[in-house]
Amino acid sequence: MTNLAADAQGATGLAGSAWLLLALPTLGAIVLLVGGRRTNKWGHILGSATVLGTFVYGLALFFSTTGLDAYKRTQELHLFAWIPVNALKVDFGLRLDPLSLTFVLLITGVGALIHIYSVGYMSHDRDRRRFFAYLNLFVAAMLLLVLGNGFVTLYFGWEGVGLASYLLIGWYQDRPSAATAAKKAFLMNRVGDLGLAVAIFLMFANLGTTQYSEVFAKIGTLPSGTILAITLLLLLGACGKSGQFPLQSWLPDAMEGPTPVSALIHAATMVTAGVYLIARSNPIYDLTGDGRLIVTIIGTVTLLIGCIVGCAYDDIKKVLAYSTVSQIGYMILAVGLGPFGYALGIMHLLTHGFFKAGLFLGAGSVMHGMNDEVDMRKFGGLWRLMPITFVTFGLGYLALIGFPGLSGYFSKDAIIEAAFGQEGWRGWAFGGAALLGAGLTAFYMTRLVLMTFFGEKRWKDLKSADGKDFHPHESPKSMTIPMIILAIGSVGAGAFLSVGNRLVDWLEPSLGGLKESEHFVIPKGTVTILTIVLMLLGVGAAWLFVGRKPVPVTRPARVSFPVRAARADLYGNALNEALFARPGTWLTRALVFVDNKGVDGVVNGLAAMLGGTSGRLRRAQTGFVRSYALSMLGGSILVVAALLAVRFS
Amino acid sequence: MTVLLLVLPLLGCLAVLGLPPKRAAAFGVAVTSATLATALLMAATFDYHRSGFAQFSVNAPWIPLIDLRIHLGVDGISLPLVVLTALLCALCAGYLARPSGQPERPRALVALLLLTEVGMLGTFVALNLLLFFVFFEVVLVPMYAVIAGWGGQRRAAAARQFILYTLLGSGVLLVGLLLLYSRTSTMDMVVLVGRAGTGLSHGVQVLGFLLIAGGLAVKVPVWPLHSWLPDAHTQAPTVGSVLLAGVLLKMGTYGMVRIAVPMLPEGAVALAPALGALGVAGIVYAALACLAQRDLKRLIAFSSVGHMGFVLLGIATLTPVGINAALLGNIAHGLITGLLFFLVGGIAQRYGSTDIDRIGGGLLAKAPRLGSLLVFAAVASLGLPGLAGFWGEMLAMLSAFRPAGGLNPALYLVFLAVAGLGTVLTAAYFLVMLRRVAQGVVPPRWTAERFGDVTAREWVAWTPLLVLVLAIGLWPRIVLGVTDGAVRVLLRGG
Repeated sequence: MTNLAADAQGATGLAGSAWLLLALPTLGAIVLLVGGRRTNKWGHILGSATVLGTFVYGLALFFSTTGLDAYKRTQELHLFAWIPVNALKVDFGLRLDPLSLTFVLLITGVGALIHIYSVGYMSHDRDRRRFFAYLNLFVAAMLLLVLGNGFVTLYFGWEGVGLASYLLIGWYQDRPSAATAAKKAFLMNRVGDLGLAVAIFLMFANLGTTQYSEVFAKIGTLPSGTILAITLLLLLGACGKSGQFPLQSWLPDAMEGPTPVSALIHAATMVTAGVYLIARSNPIYDLTGDGRLIVTIIGTVTLLIGCIVGCAYDDIKKVLAYSTVSQIGYMILAVGLGPFGYALGIMHLLTHGFFKAGLFLGAGSVMHGMNDEVDMRKFGGLWRLMPITFVTFGLGYLALIGFPGLSGYFSKDAIIEAAFGQEGWRGWAFGGAALLGAGLTAFYMTRLVLMTFFGEKRWKDLKSADGKDFHPHESPKSMTIPMIILAIGSVGAGAFLSVGNRLVDWLEPSLGGLKESEHFVIPKGTVTILTIVLMLLGVGAAWLFVGRKPVPVTRPARVSFPVRAARADLYGNALNEALFARPGTWLTRALVFVDNKGVDGVVNGLAAMLGGTSGRLRRAQTGFVRSYALSMLGGSILVVAALLAVRFS
Repeated sequence: MTVLLLVLPLLGCLAVLGLPPKRAAAFGVAVTSATLATALLMAATFDYHRSGFAQFSVNAPWIPLIDLRIHLGVDGISLPLVVLTALLCALCAGYLARPSGQPERPRALVALLLLTEVGMLGTFVALNLLLFFVFFEVVLVPMYAVIAGWGGQRRAAAARQFILYTLLGSGVLLVGLLLLYSRTSTMDMVVLVGRAGTGLSHGVQVLGFLLIAGGLAVKVPVWPLHSWLPDAHTQAPTVGSVLLAGVLLKMGTYGMVRIAVPMLPEGAVALAPALGALGVAGIVYAALACLAQRDLKRLIAFSSVGHMGFVLLGIATLTPVGINAALLGNIAHGLITGLLFFLVGGIAQRYGSTDIDRIGGGLLAKAPRLGSLLVFAAVASLGLPGLAGFWGEMLAMLSAFRPAGGLNPALYLVFLAVAGLGTVLTAAYFLVMLRRVAQGVVPPRWTAERFGDVTAREWVAWTPLLVLVLAIGLWPRIVLGVTDGAVRVLLRGG
């Protein structure tokens, strides 16, 4: 049980040029943004190539690291000093360790697939080149986030992905809802970022450094109150970026962005940054049980909110978005368990990266064939018309609900077990909630699949928003091949990573070893069986509600209170509105009134009192040169007189 | 070289009046470029290791009777501001010389621009209190004339308010400087900084700080003395707005760092909490006011009040980190807000208005490059890491964690929290602005209108600002490495 997070070797060999990981996508973004329309023809090829190249390089780095002894696997590469001021030294460097390399592979691997998918998906967009520039910008910022060797560097990447996310959510400029969603995402993230920033201030003020290795080595010397404060502030940052309670409501709105963006940024990578942050800060969280408990509670609450709201939506992307909220809740719950769960959180993050990205690409493929329609009530019976989409989506679906043998089964089941491994009420509460979540997940996902791919072809008698008939068709190869690859990952990744504790052992130098609980409130075997039973119950319930009888094309207006509450995002937005937006608006209006009438009024009154002066000044606007000379002269006399008075007093 | 820096624009100012009006703008470009070259040469030959002493200094008697000496020099605190001033003046001159929007009465406008430049540069290089005050005042009148002569529809009222407010501030400042002089019998700033308040009673220090900082506060502007600023900016022509926001506001905070804090340290400790409180109040107040603005120029003007609030917070901590943050924030705000005003000038020229509802959105669709630049400048201004605005604000907030001895740390934590709320609100109003101006579809009234995207000349004027915003964001040491040594000397007392 060694935790090597505070130790680091200098980077040598292949790792010595690890800055290339950042440079390639950055270069891609710069060329595409500065080159402008001249690069329209080959922009998408360049954009995909830079990410693919980064992936290949990341793979080489990964294999060169697996050969090393555990204590040599953490390498640091110093690049330059952000701030060289004496009392304030902040360095910019990279940390290459099992955790960051794992993320590099996820980001560039899934990223490359989604770039390739976008070539086809965005082929009708005039601005496809700019889209690829933003995607490259995102990949660069996300790599900076995970590769930085200190919290300040992480913060740069953190805000960088926020910017890329803002630009891409607002991509469809002709939709007012997209611009509003982009604004909302940025602002809610800003609230979280403030938490992260203040956490960094606390480290700086108390430890004089923000580099991981130094912070982790010295953190134990701080009083427990300060440590708790740091962990809670970091959690606030994680809540913003990862759409956790109470900052979850921006993520479903972010689905206004193009679907590849939803898949890459708002499912597989950026929104998991909060999980990364907590896992990365494990030496800090290890020191405070209270801090971890609050992380666990936030994760549990969020996973339930996500499941419940996910059951009520008819918009295919929004259901998937709430599913993401809920699955990240599982990851946050896992990392909140501390040494019992860090590695499990990362494992679920990886498998989720595969199947959720695959599900989003599948949803995009359905929308591509259905004139960009997202209302599942207008779908139905698509499985025959889109066979590849159906099969890949179906595999992703089975992985997500935890069908035995597929990815989600290994990663989610492990988290539920670990939750039951907590002592006393915690085991019951967290384990029970996680178990209930598994059932709800099976329900809403089955409902989605049934409404989309099975049943009557409800779209036959309908027209799309732009007045055309629906002609569902399978998508081009550039879109289906990434879906197939992700489907393979959805099936196999869980087993591959968990056999022989592969991932857990690999991550040990970064996260410490994975602890196994001594006593479970319910035996482990029973948990596994219960999980499967609840999953089957969820599937069965969905069949009863949606599969057995025809789905109405318009959604029923008269529904029970729980459904109404779920449709209203459990009143999360209404709460934000009442607490922040409305008082803010009133305050703003009042201030402007005061500013225009109050302060200016006093000054204008003063001006009127000095009637002669202001009259002279008014005239001055016509003959200002003369009056300028006069004022200068008058001013000089005044100055000299005053000085002489002082001199001789 | 310091003298050359002042003499060049001064001679240019006189010479331009004798030229034919058509060639005035081109002549202005030549003079400001030569001044910029001098400033850059200074920066290149500046000895960055010899932090303590004013370099390129000149010290000659002028009017011995009142201890007025021509004492000029540059150190790490003034050098970045000198370069910024010279750069913005050159870009403004270039803006006036563009073929599509020649101003009326170009000779007079160029002459005033050059005279303003003399005053601004002089303020930053003066090492004699009286000389500082003279240069400080020299700026005032030409700027008044620029607003009154080339401004918008309500220019007269705005210009009047500007001059009344700032003259009042100058009066208070002068009294404060005289108080200092009467008690120390010297006007030499190097000597006064070296004494660091020795021999001054506590009461004198507090009163002196109140008068000097209070007088400078109008220029900064410190909330609630800001209300001249939105009108002045809204009415001023583009070059006026750029120089007002880019340089003039910095003269106030520069004076605080250069004069008030080091020369009256006890007064600073007594009044810094008040300064910090007004600073953070200004941050939140300005952000809320910005949320309700309907005019682009007015919005950016109000945003300056907020940004200066962060600068004040940095100064109010009285720590090296805080004052470095303030100086960096000064430079960053000059670059970013200068750029924003240029962009808004470009928008006004195309749309004939800066009213947000009249523009109605769709700038990114209508003129993608201009729209993208607006997005860039806005996210820089809201403090995105990697761009210049970030470091000043973050370091100011960081310094509030550990204020200097004698200050109440709990109070500064409150300031920190309020400033943090301000960063969220700042992001809010900029995003609302982008939402209403840049994003969305082009309204019907503009679809038929044909106007071009960013022109080559505009690129020339704006690229230096873009590059510097990015460069300082990535390598803040460009500025911090220069200021740090001088700040330490200042706080140690010579």
